[in-house]
Amino acid sequence: MTMVGTMAGRSPGPASAISIFEQEYASQRQRSRRTWLIGTIVFLILFGASSWLGDFFKITQVSLADGSREWRWIIPAGIPRLGEYISKTIPELNWATLGADLAEWFWRWKIWLNLLVETILIAFMATVLGVVGGFVLSFPAARNLTPNKWVLWLSRRYLEIARTVPELVFALIFVFCFSVGPMAGVLAIGLHSAGALGKLYSEVNENIDMRPLEGVKAAGGTWFDQVRYGAVPQVLPNIISYTLLRFEINVRASSIIGYVGAGGLGQEFREAMSLQEYTDLSALFVIIFVTVIVIDYGSEKLRHRVIGLEKTP
Amino acid sequence: MTPDRIAAAQARIPLAFRDPPAIRARKILLWAFFVALFTWCLYDFNFAPGRIIDGIARLGRVLSFMFPPHIWTTWDAWRDVLVGLGETLSMAFLGTVIGAVIAFPLSFLGARTINRIFWLRQGTRRVYDVIRAFETLILALIFIRAFGLGPLAGILAIAVSEIGTFAKLFSEALENTSRKPVEGVEASGGTHMQTIRYAIMPQVLPVHFSVLLYNFESNVRSGTILGIVGAGGIGFLLADRISAYKWDEAWTIIFMIIAMVYVIDWLSGLVRTRLIGKTELAK
Repeated sequence: MTMVGTMAGRSPGPASAISIFEQEYASQRQRSRRTWLIGTIVFLILFGASSWLGDFFKITQVSLADGSREWRWIIPAGIPRLGEYISKTIPELNWATLGADLAEWFWRWKIWLNLLVETILIAFMATVLGVVGGFVLSFPAARNLTPNKWVLWLSRRYLEIARTVPELVFALIFVFCFSVGPMAGVLAIGLHSAGALGKLYSEVNENIDMRPLEGVKAAGGTWFDQVRYGAVPQVLPNIISYTLLRFEINVRASSIIGYVGAGGLGQEFREAMSLQEYTDLSALFVIIFVTVIVIDYGSEKLRHRVIGLEKTP
Repeated sequence: MTPDRIAAAQARIPLAFRDPPAIRARKILLWAFFVALFTWCLYDFNFAPGRIIDGIARLGRVLSFMFPPHIWTTWDAWRDVLVGLGETLSMAFLGTVIGAVIAFPLSFLGARTINRIFWLRQGTRRVYDVIRAFETLILALIFIRAFGLGPLAGILAIAVSEIGTFAKLFSEALENTSRKPVEGVEASGGTHMQTIRYAIMPQVLPVHFSVLLYNFESNVRSGTILGIVGAGGIGFLLADRISAYKWDEAWTIIFMIIAMVYVIDWLSGLVRTRLIGKTELAK
């Protein structure tokens, strides 16, 4: 400090530079402290409001080992119950009788295998419907390709609504209209993925090079020709990669959509839950888990191949 | 360009006009397989024309309840719906916050720049993958058994499934940091903890924040369906109205869900541009 003081005495230049620096630093610190303070207060208000609405600090009665009842916070009170529930779902497997034990664990494997195939086919069909719907609408919904403003507005709103409403809600509606079965699931997941894919595709379309389209236009092409020969070849690799990604998501969706009666493994889940067949639950869980991982892995490999093709034409 | 000149060009360089036979055969086979599979699905799932026409007629009737929209006249009815929307928002908010708080320390174990032990890093990453493979809805069903019906089950379901996602994205953000600030802090005698605090944290916090906002938005969307299985929120009311065939009220609830999602997207867009700036960050 004394060093700075003597230096300041000799030449005013650096000292004023240092004091300017100090001032700026202090004001920066103050500003960031204020931001932190406001952020913390806003966060605490949001946390308080949402934990009140979400029953996060609910107090519940639990029975203790000696039979007495006591009031406890719900989360530590529920964890033993959760552990109990999970331990019930774990099947008894012994090394000596592994084959028989596994057979008993997966005793409904024929039905489950059928439903698993159905689940994957629902995802496949829904992806096809979603790709067709999203692809067709992605061109009018792209700002640079749309024929006019109203078409842009209309197709964008349609896509937004289709992807905001969850599949399960569409499934509830379609189960009522088309009766119970995989058809409702296909339509529900297809509609939702059309919305999601349409948005992604239209973003791809907005980033294309417009010169090929001008070339087609100069050669006398219509709007359709411009899109077909100018835009589609540019966006195809990206579209394939998004489509594979969507297929993965749709397999997950179709594995639970049966919960409301729209086909696939979900209905078995619901049955096992209401009949309290605990080991069935874990078996179904394992089936879905393995399927999802295998499909994710396969589609990742395919995606990398598609992206690789794009990089080295 | 006369037709005979085009034919001459085709004869001279056939590969410029069509694929070689092997590739053509593969394409035809793929398309044939695809069409066959699709047709089989149409048959297997019973997409009968009569059924479709019937369904569309019913769908038209359901859609006709959309206009004029149902408007509740009593305050109690409005309060139920607003509480449902609030519960959905709180489920998404608390689930995201709890998931992020748990994932934050875990993310350091999975980042190559911080955890240099190969097997520990790979092991942690596989754990993230396993957690991400759990379906939120199935988790919600399990938590309902332990914590009862209500939004708490939804909060925990969202939190658990977000742990894997956040840990993965956070550790990727940690890996994408620049080495230079780290070297600066090391050169001025900083410890390992100090390099993390002063060199890495300032780089990753905006990315983390952006990831948080983005996942909060997507949790608001997915939070609406958790109620259908009984985990609280607006989905519970919606499933209740649909199963009672009160389509007019169901449509109004769907409109309100859409409005809520719009408002949340808009707000989080505002927060994002205000706190992070308009620069494109890793999403």
